[in-house]
Amino acid sequence: MSGAVAARPGGRLRRAAHWVRWYVRELSGEAAYDRYVAHARSCDPDAEVLTRRAFERRRTDAREADPREGFRCC
Amino acid sequence: MPEPSAPPNSRATGLTPRSIVIWSLVALAGAAGWAVLALSRGEEISAAWMLAAALGSYAIAYRFYSRFIAHRVLKVDKTRATPAERLDNGVDFHPTDRRVLFGHHFAAVAGAGPLVGPVLAAQMGYLPGTIWIIVGVIFAGAVQDMVTLFFSTRRDGRSLGQMARDEIGPFGGAAALIAVFAIMIILLAVLALVIVNALAHSPWGVFSIGMTIPIALFMGVYLRVLRPGRVTEVSVVGVALLLLAIVAGGWVAESSLADTFTLEPGTLVIWMIVYGFLASVLPVWMLLAPRDYLSTFMKVGTIVLLAVGVFVALPTLKMPAVTDFASRGDGPVFAGSMFPFVFITIACGALSGFHSLVSSGTTPKMVQKETQIRMIGYGAMLTESFVAVMAMITASIIDPGLFFAINSPAGVVGTTVQSASEAVANFGFTISPDQLAKAAADVEEASLLSRTGGAPTFALGMSEIFSAVVGGTAMKAFWYHFAIMFEALFILTTVDAGTRVGRFMLQDTLGNVYKPFKQVSWKPGVWFASAVVVGGWGYFLWVGVHDPLGGINQLFPLFGIANQLLAAVALAVCTTLLVKSGRLKWAWVTGVPLAWDVAVTLTASWQKIFSDDPRVGFFAQRDKYQAGIDSGQVLPPAKSMDDMHTVVTNSTVDGVLSALFALLIVVVIADAGRVCYRAIRRPADVKLSEAPYTESRIVAPAGLFPTAEEKAELVAAGLGPEGGVRKDGGTGDEVPAQAGSR
Repeated sequence: MSGAVAARPGGRLRRAAHWVRWYVRELSGEAAYDRYVAHARSCDPDAEVLTRRAFERRRTDAREADPREGFRCC
Repeated sequence: MPEPSAPPNSRATGLTPRSIVIWSLVALAGAAGWAVLALSRGEEISAAWMLAAALGSYAIAYRFYSRFIAHRVLKVDKTRATPAERLDNGVDFHPTDRRVLFGHHFAAVAGAGPLVGPVLAAQMGYLPGTIWIIVGVIFAGAVQDMVTLFFSTRRDGRSLGQMARDEIGPFGGAAALIAVFAIMIILLAVLALVIVNALAHSPWGVFSIGMTIPIALFMGVYLRVLRPGRVTEVSVVGVALLLLAIVAGGWVAESSLADTFTLEPGTLVIWMIVYGFLASVLPVWMLLAPRDYLSTFMKVGTIVLLAVGVFVALPTLKMPAVTDFASRGDGPVFAGSMFPFVFITIACGALSGFHSLVSSGTTPKMVQKETQIRMIGYGAMLTESFVAVMAMITASIIDPGLFFAINSPAGVVGTTVQSASEAVANFGFTISPDQLAKAAADVEEASLLSRTGGAPTFALGMSEIFSAVVGGTAMKAFWYHFAIMFEALFILTTVDAGTRVGRFMLQDTLGNVYKPFKQVSWKPGVWFASAVVVGGWGYFLWVGVHDPLGGINQLFPLFGIANQLLAAVALAVCTTLLVKSGRLKWAWVTGVPLAWDVAVTLTASWQKIFSDDPRVGFFAQRDKYQAGIDSGQVLPPAKSMDDMHTVVTNSTVDGVLSALFALLIVVVIADAGRVCYRAIRRPADVKLSEAPYTESRIVAPAGLFPTAEEKAELVAAGLGPEGGVRKDGGTGDEVPAQAGSR
């Protein structure tokens, strides 16, 4: 969430749209891959990272292995 | 063990004159709402008063009570690193923005439960249920969620079962495990029953819900093969297809295909069981994951829409504040008097044990700061409670006569609008056969009679509210089926996910006997365990559909008791932990709700087992129908000897289950009591399995909006408004390093 400082109403609208996009991506888990890459690179900038495809597979496979993660209630 | 000292963030701040004025106004608005709700007798009042009472109470409770719990009781410590910070691996442990985590947690705890219970409880009038939803959430439900989340966060996100085993003992742990499994089976059966009752003889509904399966499969393939991880775009397409499926359902219902999609309840049960089994053995990516995205989008979207609709339409409550069923206990929706059965019927939205599994599962591994536990644990539960209040509104704005015609078992209202109109007149409400027929025609259903389970009532109320805002009467049928779809969608997701969790627990237990069961990749084990779980809820579902006394009537109290039993386990664990961690003087915070919950659950179990009234007591019911069989008589509402035998079998099974649940509660309480007693007698011997203190390097606001003090702190740490890891490298100078106090 980069804070584009704006006083104009158009800028404000853009900022709101930016925030909503950020929020939806975070909530839906779409940002999980970016976070994973950032996390891996933060320790070692040249770290080998999984491709997005492999990462998403690993994520669903983990859920397969333990369905209690991400369980929803009644 | 001495009481933990107060961390530096619990600075006592006096109220400014401005906030005194604001909070007095909030209190006045809430009080006005309560006064009108409680004092109106006979006249119809606006739902605005219920909203005022609810929102005013929530605001005060959040501002004062949850703050008291956070700072005085739990002593949340902003200098202490959470597991998300210490064990950050970028995948399941990672510090998550508080607003995102609030959304996650809310989407995980709120489902169909808060929409069903309040609707059923409306048979006693809107007042008893509303009081319990609001008071219950403030003093019990939200407290349970928040305190469980806190203790689990202090233990690296341990589950409720593990905490029960670590802190109470193997007995408590085993009881917790059995409780979770039993409630899962009953929960899935009751939820599936709600869907079956809503979809039976409804080609529109069956077609639209059926279409969710190909839509989910398409999304699954898209996310797996075409564009992995692009959840938002595929969900938008999915929701659009879903809306199309609802519209298309209307066309199908009017076409020659209508007969193909008009299914008997018994047929739907078979389909549900087949679906449940397949969904639990298919890979997660194919069905469960995409369904989960769809239902989360729909859930959040519809709840927001409903809130807007309620505020814009401000409908009038037609249900009396309190009906005669509250004191007489002979209501057709569920039997029994107000205490304890209102408190059993409304679990989700007031106090729901199931939440403790989420609060001790995924969420504690993602909490960024301990101080945010208040907003996430307490705040999300208040939001769910508000959903329950809206459900109560939807049930109370439809004509009471119609409400009872929809929610009474077929054995009571019969199958024609004439017989239903007469039966409703016997309850003391009036609705003409024409009005009943018109209500069904308005939503393009063949009949609305004895559509028990709450979903159709909720859908009807929601279509009333939405059509008042958008589209008028012409859109009623669309909104009705939209609401049915919305509930069915996440009930099916819960059935799918719940079956998997049950299967996993069963495999884990069976693995102790025969090793290969523990491997989730061992197919025979997966199939066997899935079949057992599906068979378990499938049995109750089948029974519920065929029970002459009405499945919801019989099974819903069991579901409520099971859910409250889990709440008793969670509150007992919390209370034990408060005592063991030297917070004895604050133990009442969870101890009082625990005492109330145990009183409610044990009274309900007692009545379900020992009551002489065959409408309430399972064994009295069994005796009555057994005596009928012995003397060769068929007692209504049974229509044949087969029905009589069904009633006898069902009452026996339900009665035994009630007894089992009661026994489990007693075991957990006794075990927790023993541990507490020992902790008070010999505080020096107490062992806590809390993770050791590590200093936090993250600075982030605690609540939704940063306070002036937090803003200054963020600036000092060189961070933007959303917070993050301290940039200056050292520890902040405004936070003196603590030594020796922990």
